[in-house]
Amino acid sequence: MRGLKKLTLIELKTFLRNPTGAFFTIIFPLMLILVFGSIYSNTPGETFGEYGIVDVYVPSFTGMIVGISALTNLNTDIASAREKGILRRLKATPLRPLTILTAKITLVFSMTSIAMILMIIAGKLVFGLRFNGNPIEVVAAFALSSFSFFAFGLVVASIMPNVRAAESFGFILLFLMLFLSGVFVPFEIVPDAVQQVAQVFPMTHVTTLMRGLWIGQSLVDHMKEVVVLLGILVAGVLISAKIFRWE
Amino acid sequence: MTTAKGKVVVKVEGLRKTYGKTIAVENISFEVYEGEIFSMVGPNGAGKTTTIECIEGLRQPDKSNIEVLGLNPKKDEHGLRERIGVQLQTSALQDRIKVWEALDLYASFYPKSTDWEALLERLGLADKRSDYFDKLSGGQKQRVFVALALINDPEVVFLDELTTGLDPRARHSIWDLVRDIQKSGKTVILTTHFMEEAERLCDRVAIVDHGRIVALDSPENLIQSLGAETRIVFNLESATERPSEKLKGIAGVTKIEQIGDRVVVYGTGTELAGNVVNALTSQGIRFSNLRTEQPNLEDVFLTLTGREMEA
Repeated sequence: MRGLKKLTLIELKTFLRNPTGAFFTIIFPLMLILVFGSIYSNTPGETFGEYGIVDVYVPSFTGMIVGISALTNLNTDIASAREKGILRRLKATPLRPLTILTAKITLVFSMTSIAMILMIIAGKLVFGLRFNGNPIEVVAAFALSSFSFFAFGLVVASIMPNVRAAESFGFILLFLMLFLSGVFVPFEIVPDAVQQVAQVFPMTHVTTLMRGLWIGQSLVDHMKEVVVLLGILVAGVLISAKIFRWE
Repeated sequence: MTTAKGKVVVKVEGLRKTYGKTIAVENISFEVYEGEIFSMVGPNGAGKTTTIECIEGLRQPDKSNIEVLGLNPKKDEHGLRERIGVQLQTSALQDRIKVWEALDLYASFYPKSTDWEALLERLGLADKRSDYFDKLSGGQKQRVFVALALINDPEVVFLDELTTGLDPRARHSIWDLVRDIQKSGKTVILTTHFMEEAERLCDRVAIVDHGRIVALDSPENLIQSLGAETRIVFNLESATERPSEKLKGIAGVTKIEQIGDRVVVYGTGTELAGNVVNALTSQGIRFSNLRTEQPNLEDVFLTLTGREMEA
């Protein structure tokens, strides 16, 4: 993959030069955990048993972090590179499409990971975050959630006719999921009917999976979520490979 | 393949491309020889960009037989792109990228690339190397795109509407640049809707209209083929002079018009202007503001299509 290293580096540089994008992806989740933790504190209570609100929010916010990356970052970035003619110019070189995609995914996965790590560190240092899971399984679940969402974001980027549409659709979908998929409002305080409906959102499966693994359940206990997310990943890759447009 | 005119680097046969029901290009055929500046000229929507992008392999023709440097743009897509340089009519670079970063990045896409620092110097961009691409003027941006088109030291350079939107000064300095590219041994294929650009810059010109080539030759031959007359215009010092009797006998003169002190001599032949001046001086007729008006490619387009060329 000639050009991959330089392209990834440029993607990173130009990403960091856009303060709003970098803020929203990396700082926003960190800020939210600090705000929510300060308001409610992390003392265990009736709702979450032996866990406090920060212990629930940290794994739940995985959904938000991958959602922001995939639906406000990756999809608008690709839609805008297409609309402006950046992809056209790249296509006129020997660069392979897979190289472009690999560079973008590498960047967005790095940023997602940084956001996650910062949030965990803040949770630990400020609120004494509790963790009873298997670290390897949690990392695997995080990676699966990320790539599954990136594939989903790619499909959105290919379907939407222009940047504005990609942006609006991404935001609506993101916020809908943030409220219905157990991210902002934990499942414990959501009516059963809403929980049933929320099964159609990919983010619901991320939240369920991450919360479960966080408190010590294993991947085997969550085969349903794993299969659903794997399915979205495979389908997303196949669909976007089929309908990807350079211009 | 080599012909009397040199090695053929681009061969297009029977190119046809439609967008829905619109026929963009119909039965276009031509050859481009090594080392020449070849231009496709015509109004917007004539099919120039479609043609050039089919040759570059960026668009799929409905029907054609295209060969570039002996390669088929469809089958050898990536191999071909390593050997050609492309400036697109519409394209962009990443947001917030600096000039040097763009060159460094694009250089990394090719198995061999030229020294881009030297390229920046040559294109007059050395002092812009650390500027953001977005902040450059139109002419400077075009220079960066030209630099990117040269970064792999290509054998054939494609320039699509290179000077559109530039002011006359920037345009002239880009022309110098294109001549330099030719001097460095490369073949240049460009499209333009400026007849003057084609006439001043190119070795051969294909005039394209409604998706077809209506004429293809050197600018000089195209203009000569019109058989149009040169006009020699001057003012007399004294409006009472009647020089027409004395000028009629000059070889090549076909018609003389006089309105007040203003005289227009119509005729053909390269000696015409000299002969007219000689005749006037030897007869002691005093004149001023003498100039010759030659037919140009605009006239060729007008004659071939029956309408003015509109940008």
